[in-house]
Amino acid sequence: MKADTPELPHEIMELQMGPSHPATHGTIKFNLKLEGEKVLDCDVELGFLHRGFDKSCEQATWTQVIPYTDRLNYASSLINNVGYALAVEKLIGAETPPRCQYIRVIISELARLFDHLTCCGMAASELGAITVGFYMIEARELITRIIENLTGARLTVTYVRIGGLKHDLPEDFAERVTAAFTTIRKLLDDCDRLLSRNRIFLDRMANVGVISKESALDHSLTGPILRATGVDYDVRKAFPYLVYAKLDFEVPVGSHGDNYDRFLCRLGEIQQSMKIVEQALRQLPVGPVWIDDARFVLPEKEKVYGSIEGLMHHFKIIMEGIQVPAGETYSAVEGGNGELGFYIVSDGGGKPYRLRVRPPCFIAMGAFAEMIKGYMVADIVPTFGMMNMIGGECDR
Amino acid sequence: MAEASPQLQQIQDRLGAKVLSLTEPRGDQVVALDRAGLRESFRLLKEDPELSFNFLSDITAVDYWHKQEPRFEVVYQLVSLQQRRRLRVRVAVPEGDAVVDSLTPLWRGANYLEREVWDLYGIRFSDHPDLRRILLYDEFVGHPLRKDYPVNQCQPRVPERHVDGTFVDERSRNKLLRLQKTLAKKN
Repeated sequence: MKADTPELPHEIMELQMGPSHPATHGTIKFNLKLEGEKVLDCDVELGFLHRGFDKSCEQATWTQVIPYTDRLNYASSLINNVGYALAVEKLIGAETPPRCQYIRVIISELARLFDHLTCCGMAASELGAITVGFYMIEARELITRIIENLTGARLTVTYVRIGGLKHDLPEDFAERVTAAFTTIRKLLDDCDRLLSRNRIFLDRMANVGVISKESALDHSLTGPILRATGVDYDVRKAFPYLVYAKLDFEVPVGSHGDNYDRFLCRLGEIQQSMKIVEQALRQLPVGPVWIDDARFVLPEKEKVYGSIEGLMHHFKIIMEGIQVPAGETYSAVEGGNGELGFYIVSDGGGKPYRLRVRPPCFIAMGAFAEMIKGYMVADIVPTFGMMNMIGGECDR
Repeated sequence: MAEASPQLQQIQDRLGAKVLSLTEPRGDQVVALDRAGLRESFRLLKEDPELSFNFLSDITAVDYWHKQEPRFEVVYQLVSLQQRRRLRVRVAVPEGDAVVDSLTPLWRGANYLEREVWDLYGIRFSDHPDLRRILLYDEFVGHPLRKDYPVNQCQPRVPERHVDGTFVDERSRNKLLRLQKTLAKKN
């Protein structure tokens, strides 16, 4: 029988998946080399959302850059704002008052909740668990309403300023957050019961898209993808910023480096984020939310219209922009996808000379080919979903 | 050089003549290295048990056009995970000979980062396995993050790429070729 079987011709099939594909989030193209269903090689082609962030920031004043930073990882725009403000404040040599730092921690964690809920919800719904997707979107909507009540916008908020925030928290912020968290915990409990022992979900996520610890470090991965392999590197713990050193929280670390561990890491971080926000709200001190430096912070309207100094400071800041002293600095925060770093070079003027964002998911896409080699085309969907590539951050 | 902290002094001891300067702006630790033998310098930084900067965080470049010679500077951010230390390495690159050793043999994560620097600045990385544009399309002319690239620069129109076995709209391609011919004749 075997001798009769003719030698069938076979060739490696080259297939392009993307840039617009219903199951991959974001505009990204995979040039796949397939042998049947098995992926032999994957060349990632990105840059479809490249908008020239670096060059645009060189043309804008230091404050005008903040809306640009919103649009980096647009699922967690507050973290981008906070990261940028911290980097510029490091150049200035200013430290914001404690109340501002606690509020920045709270909004960073709310943004992280938003990001992780989007990622896990979408990843689950792409696998067919649409109900879980909807539950997480409902949880995310509660966070969105809190952010909208606080900042005025749902997604790209521009809430943080150099030297402080745009305005202080509203009166009922703590009650809203507590009420929302009760509902979110219930929803996440439902999602957990739907997914964690679900045979189909485990078959599609566990032991798929595996990357080893050494490989992950070699590829400069950070964030939940790195922590799922077992490396305990979180910028909030390793290089504490703001008031994270005063807060008690854990960092979930996986062991297998597969999609399921990444999913569990993100869910664990959601729980920890809620814990951090609740602690921060309890410890929130009273006080100002701006640094006491008239060169960088706009004065109150009463002073602008009532005193000559206020008028002058307001005029200088609006017309010339804040002048950041010359120098260079690198400052990193823990974004939803990993280490979000800002490398800023200032020539002493009102505009950045060079503004570089270290994009965690751009670097993660470099490791994607290795994660998907040997797996099937259908495994691309959960693997890519759990990497949480946000086009705005990857391509800038 | 002013009194460098003991940690920076350690780096000076290990790398010797390759270290051009040690600075500590705003509390960061910054080392300026010589471009020659860069891969060996980084290998020392990575593998020396006392330095152990085993994690490459970022590679980028800055264009100091007319502000300082040499024109470019490639900036590396390293992290030592065990010691929880950060280090910044700056390597000056002249405009005429904009080539730097690639760090892909040491860290595979350098692949995409160096491709981005090539794409946006035009700085080559020798021995890079696959140095091509990453964020911009292949037919893009110029390196946009250089300071002499105007912000509102227009790019030439390019004909649709021809890929074997796919449909190419011949009418639109012929129209573009005719347009280019007429424009060339006018000039």
